[in-house]
Amino acid sequence: MAAAPHEVLFARGQMAYSLGFHIVFAAIGIAMPLLMVGAEILWRRSHRPEYLELARRWAKGTAIFFAIGAVSGTVLSFELGLLFPRFMELAGPFVGMPFSLEGIAFFTEAIFLGLYLYGWDRLAPRLHIACGAVVALSGALSAVFVTLVNAWMNAPRGFTLENGQIRGVDPALALGSPFALHEIAHGLLAAYMATAMAVAAIHAFGLLRKPGAALHAAALRLALAVAIPCALAQPLVGHAAGHAVAEHQPLKLAAMEGLEHTQAGAPAHLGPVPVPHGLSLLAYGDPDAVVRGLEEFPAADRPHPVVHLGFQVMVLLGTGAALWASLTLLLWLRRRRLPQDRRWLWLTVALGPAGVIAMEAGWIVTEVGRQPWAIYGVLRTADAATPVGPLWVSFTLFAIIYVGLAAAAALVLRREVKKTTAEASA
Amino acid sequence: MSAADLLAGAMLAGLAIYAVTGGADFGGGVWDLLARGPRAEEQRRLIARALAPVWEANHVWLVFVVVVLFSAFPPAFAALGIRFHAPLTAALVGIVLRGSAFMFRSYGGAPAWGRLFAVASAATPFFLGLVLAGITVESGAWLGVFPLAVGALAVALGAYLAAVYLTAETGDPALRADFRRRAAAAWLALAALAALALIAAPDGFVRRLHPAIVALTALLAAAALIALIRGRYQAARALAAAQGAAIVAGWGAIQYPTLIAPDLTIARAAAPDPTLRLLLPAIAIGGAIVLPSLYWLMRVFKSRPE
Repeated sequence: MAAAPHEVLFARGQMAYSLGFHIVFAAIGIAMPLLMVGAEILWRRSHRPEYLELARRWAKGTAIFFAIGAVSGTVLSFELGLLFPRFMELAGPFVGMPFSLEGIAFFTEAIFLGLYLYGWDRLAPRLHIACGAVVALSGALSAVFVTLVNAWMNAPRGFTLENGQIRGVDPALALGSPFALHEIAHGLLAAYMATAMAVAAIHAFGLLRKPGAALHAAALRLALAVAIPCALAQPLVGHAAGHAVAEHQPLKLAAMEGLEHTQAGAPAHLGPVPVPHGLSLLAYGDPDAVVRGLEEFPAADRPHPVVHLGFQVMVLLGTGAALWASLTLLLWLRRRRLPQDRRWLWLTVALGPAGVIAMEAGWIVTEVGRQPWAIYGVLRTADAATPVGPLWVSFTLFAIIYVGLAAAAALVLRREVKKTTAEASA
Repeated sequence: MSAADLLAGAMLAGLAIYAVTGGADFGGGVWDLLARGPRAEEQRRLIARALAPVWEANHVWLVFVVVVLFSAFPPAFAALGIRFHAPLTAALVGIVLRGSAFMFRSYGGAPAWGRLFAVASAATPFFLGLVLAGITVESGAWLGVFPLAVGALAVALGAYLAAVYLTAETGDPALRADFRRRAAAAWLALAALAALALIAAPDGFVRRLHPAIVALTALLAAAALIALIRGRYQAARALAAAQGAAIVAGWGAIQYPTLIAPDLTIARAAAPDPTLRLLLPAIAIGGAIVLPSLYWLMRVFKSRPE
């Protein structure tokens, strides 16, 4: 009943773009409520109208992105069965628990988002803020739980393998994958960073068009308060992630760096620039450590070279974001007010998409880098794929839908940004 | 009663709640599609206002059912994805388009989004109905008179519930009269389709009907209609919801102890015990968080007509 190789590719392709699509909307749906509720708190305290305006606009943004995140997430939960039925058959007893917890968090988020969005006139101010806070918290929690699933796929725990058969199911142990902590931290920071940097870029652009506009300055302050700490912390967490990959998935590490040959004192690459001994140092904390190269693994097991590209893009953009955050913090502290000179504003605009792109690139690294395994070392992706075909039908169908929805979301976003940057009073 | 039975019961309860909440939201889309007459735009606005605060929370009941299915009964989830690949894919397309189109329309999108919302709302429960019929019959066939009748029944149930709920959600007498008429028409359609489904059902299906549940469903249906005719809209809303839940419960009673016909039973498909023992308290805790929150959501937005 095994699926033909090209059908497996269609299944993988559909899963990949479904996740790639969902992740953007989910990330914004997680991070935007934090900005939204922050703006409302500041409005209730200061009564400055720009904060109310921001809270309303970000609530609208949350509503749109959460809705598309929710329906595309539903598609994913079904696609696990439609595209990789053997995966869920095997993984269900282990990842059912984190998925259930995620379901609870998601349920809570949907309920309190309804209360928040439509409760402005029906709920007391404190209660309304509390609802917003529950949205922000439950959004973050659902990310925590769903990332536990991915952590288990990368470093599965809670069973013993006997002749390739799973024995002794312990779902509680399965929650404690050694990938859990760093994946959760890395993913959450990425979501906040991607959203806050994009928001910062929009309002930096607003300030370029209308210097001194209170709305944009207020928005920029809030976005930077989220983006700066996240961008500074992210490389450190990424470093911890690298350690874990080196320990548990040496092949992924080799693929990330595109390291052909096993060597001591392996270099790392920052774009085209080699950093001598960098990889050995980063992965093992020892500049002369031996790093295993791709040559040690069967050619059929090596992941696609796009992993190397994805890793480069992620590291370059992440480094750029951390440098930008340091610079911003420095300027902000030295002048004791928000930096507003045009060069810095343009830089902020230019880095607007960096967080989102880095997040997608990182996702490619961890997912394509795990191939050919669906569950690392336990179940191959090809063996998990559905025997049903032809899959090009659903592949094409959802591809068209997602391209259309992405275009529609981009149009709405453009319209809102235009409105924001044109209307804001000085 | 085993842990697996309890979890299957939780799934059935989730499905029943989804039918009477999420199902009614799809039904709202059906009435958006069929909106006509001098008050067509007012009807659409009422539907949109009724859905806006709750449709996402209502939608999560479907996610709940799926998550319990793949956590507690992984082989059943795998079998579902393989055997019902086409109708499930179609339902998913409907789910994505309905939700996104509703959102884009709410935030000033082109009128075409409204159309798409309405068509997707009408189509989604139909495809879900095909799947439900398919897992009931031994052959697993999701095409034929029986599945088509069940698909149409799912659409009619949603439309009926939506129309009844909307009578309780508007203070405008003309709009209320519009939806009262629609509710009565949908009641008739529902009864006709239920009869058709029973006639077309495979051998043994009718015999397995639980007489008490059938009697209860008929009683609730009659009471809901009487309440509707007498203008007791709040009561009609509660009775119609109970009727919808009773229909799903009746189906569950026929299906027990099978998850997917012919041979995938609750006991056979159940995950290992440690998983089931962990899932039960998780669902209980989740319920303790979610159910009071949901009650509050409904009370804030649904307790009195606008």
